[in-house]
Amino acid sequence: MSKVRVLVGTRKGAFILESDGKREKWSVNGPHFAGWEMYHLKGSPADPNRIYASQSSGWFGQQVQRSDDGAKTWTPVDNKFAYEGVAGTHQWYDGTPHPWEFKRVWHFEPSLTDPDTVYAGIEDAAIFKTTDGGKSWKELPGLRGHGSGPRWQPGAGGMCLHTIVIDPSNQNRIYLAISAAGAFRSDDAGATWKPINKGLHSQYIPEPTAEVGHCVHRIALHPSRPNTLFMQKHWDVMRTDDGGENWTEVSGNLPTDFGFVIDVHAHEPETVYVVPIKSDSEHYPPEGKLRVYRSRSGGNEWEPLSKGLPQENCYVDILREAMAVDKLDKCGVYFGTTGGQVYASSDSGDTWNAIVHDLPAVLSVEVQTLA
Amino acid sequence: MLPAHLRTLARSGSEVQVNVDGVVTIRSILDAVENDYPVLRGAIRDHGTLQRRAFVRFFACEQDLSHDSVDAPLPEPVANGREPFLVIGAIAGGM
Repeated sequence: MSKVRVLVGTRKGAFILESDGKREKWSVNGPHFAGWEMYHLKGSPADPNRIYASQSSGWFGQQVQRSDDGAKTWTPVDNKFAYEGVAGTHQWYDGTPHPWEFKRVWHFEPSLTDPDTVYAGIEDAAIFKTTDGGKSWKELPGLRGHGSGPRWQPGAGGMCLHTIVIDPSNQNRIYLAISAAGAFRSDDAGATWKPINKGLHSQYIPEPTAEVGHCVHRIALHPSRPNTLFMQKHWDVMRTDDGGENWTEVSGNLPTDFGFVIDVHAHEPETVYVVPIKSDSEHYPPEGKLRVYRSRSGGNEWEPLSKGLPQENCYVDILREAMAVDKLDKCGVYFGTTGGQVYASSDSGDTWNAIVHDLPAVLSVEVQTLA
Repeated sequence: MLPAHLRTLARSGSEVQVNVDGVVTIRSILDAVENDYPVLRGAIRDHGTLQRRAFVRFFACEQDLSHDSVDAPLPEPVANGREPFLVIGAIAGGM
């Protein structure tokens, strides 16, 4: 019978939640790396026992941990992320030039076919790659070398490269997103990059339709439609059907189009999930009611999903890495909150249960569907 | 002496012993520690600049040596192993 393993990164350690395919009874294992900020853990699609974890601390910096046995044991691997050449400057919050400085790894994206190849998205924004299972990391400098780098500016959470999506039909095509620079695409395995922000409209920047400067929070793709991407921007939910060349807004009837997470149903490429958050100054659900919104039409028409979720006095946030789906026949949907709950639905979002209630604030949720 | 998080990383006890050739300084102690425990590279001082991380402090003989030159000879009791050199996580709040 299939199994599900949920990898949860929190502000004070990592937790591994496991269940059989029924997804009714869960084991909770952790904390791993107790006391450390675990921004992201992700397993290799090519070898689910291989998992990479970003472990960081304001005191002691960045560590990268690797498991070869499905999160039972861990080994530290290389934690040196050195920018190629002269690091240069980006814009600081006040518009002055500020040197590029490594702060932490936000995201690991393992290759779809090789467990030793992984992309890492870091703050200050850059993309790195390992081809030896994390023993060494090298920057793909074409991203910062695109020319717009000196105009990039950090969002409130820092200038983080937080999303990396590999096109399953063509692994030379990679999408990424940076707060607050926007979305970028490479068609040559990361050697060169172009901004793909046409159609985005951001009122909070001087030129709302600028080539770069948009605060993209998350991008999601369904493997069967690799040219279609869904985006939760700071404000606005967007979609593209041409690999990011043009975006259109699909916020439709959402109660608010601010939010962080977005994901796509494992088997229905037009079924999309978001969690609306009231505003960028009030990072909690509208009316204190935690509701996932689902569109079965690729956007614009959204229905609230609330069964099993708190519908009063709920003031948690759901951060950008904190939603994922499994690949079981009845698609499971998972998300974590800053209040330490991890909610799961085993029926595509119709009903929800909290797997755990009282973890530290959840930073990331990833799901592995195991044979 | 290492703080708790670094002990966990190094899989060591609270006190690690290192041999230092030549003059015993902050730099030579940290070089030796990182040589014996490579996982600590980047955790006490920056990989590139080798500057002390902002929230790490160095104490010995009841003195805060954090702002001293990393090449200054350390007090004789530290050099001969009678007193420990302490790597401390600064008392800082945060989340």
